[in-house]
Amino acid sequence: MREGKIAVVGDKDLILAFKAISMEVFCADTKEEGEAIVKKLAKTHSVIFITENLAEQMDSLLAKYKTKAYPAIIPIPDGGKSNGYGMKGIKADVERAIGTDILFNKED
Amino acid sequence: MAERLNVNPTRMELKRLKTRLKMAVRGHKLLKDKSDEMIRRFMEFANQNKALREQVEVQLKSALTTFVIAKAVSDDAVIQEAVAMPSKSVKIELDSQNIMSVEVPLISVKASTDGDKYPYSFSGVTAELDNSVEVMNGLLESMVKLAEVEKTCNMLAIEIEKNRRRVNALEYVMIPQLEETIRFITMKLDENERSTIVRLVKVKAMIAEEV
Repeated sequence: MREGKIAVVGDKDLILAFKAISMEVFCADTKEEGEAIVKKLAKTHSVIFITENLAEQMDSLLAKYKTKAYPAIIPIPDGGKSNGYGMKGIKADVERAIGTDILFNKED
Repeated sequence: MAERLNVNPTRMELKRLKTRLKMAVRGHKLLKDKSDEMIRRFMEFANQNKALREQVEVQLKSALTTFVIAKAVSDDAVIQEAVAMPSKSVKIELDSQNIMSVEVPLISVKASTDGDKYPYSFSGVTAELDNSVEVMNGLLESMVKLAEVEKTCNMLAIEIEKNRRRVNALEYVMIPQLEETIRFITMKLDENERSTIVRLVKVKAMIAEEV
């Protein structure tokens, strides 16, 4: 059992809301900024929430962190509406494990 | 037909291959069972993950909407100032859990009792900001839970894929190869034996003729 830190990466307006509940926030507007911040945070923080727009752009970098338990990098919707990137991640996981998507194509 | 291994057709080699085949079949069965169980566990997590993500996305949306409203009704500088100094820090506790020999994270929020929930003075800001902070605070736990479940899903999916490759390699490459080689060696040995018998019979016949 050890202690960890949470970080939120996203654009300026959104992260203010997370700052209000005392999370550590990091502002990133472009892909390059985001990548640099995530690389740095991966060493110090164990849970990183990142906005979907940004996460989508740096897909290849995030894929590297998928195999280890920490850091957990989780996409969150930004600006009130989700572009479905987070859900796509779950879908991709299911497809990878089962071979076909049985979670979202359920006929019910 | 699988290609046979490049080995000498000797009895010793045959014995060695037979042990290897036995091991491969046993390993294949074990890995297949492991794969089945991992998929069962994975589906549980995937369902949980989906439900949790839907919930978090809806809640976060409403929290952010209230935050935007809060920002709209008061001055930008006021909001900036209000949230600039957090009164407490969010701490989480990390642990790991072993699911089918995959080390997955176990994260829990460490409830901090010290510090005020609202990091600002009520006189300065509007009620909308209070609302959004309230909702966001409630959201924290489910977000951390989401992080844990989603990471578990990710890791299990990767492991299942790896495991499936192993199972397939055993089932479609290794085992047929070993079987084919064993068949080849057995045939070769049998052929040798037959030729020896025929030779002996011939020699005996020749000796019998001479006498």
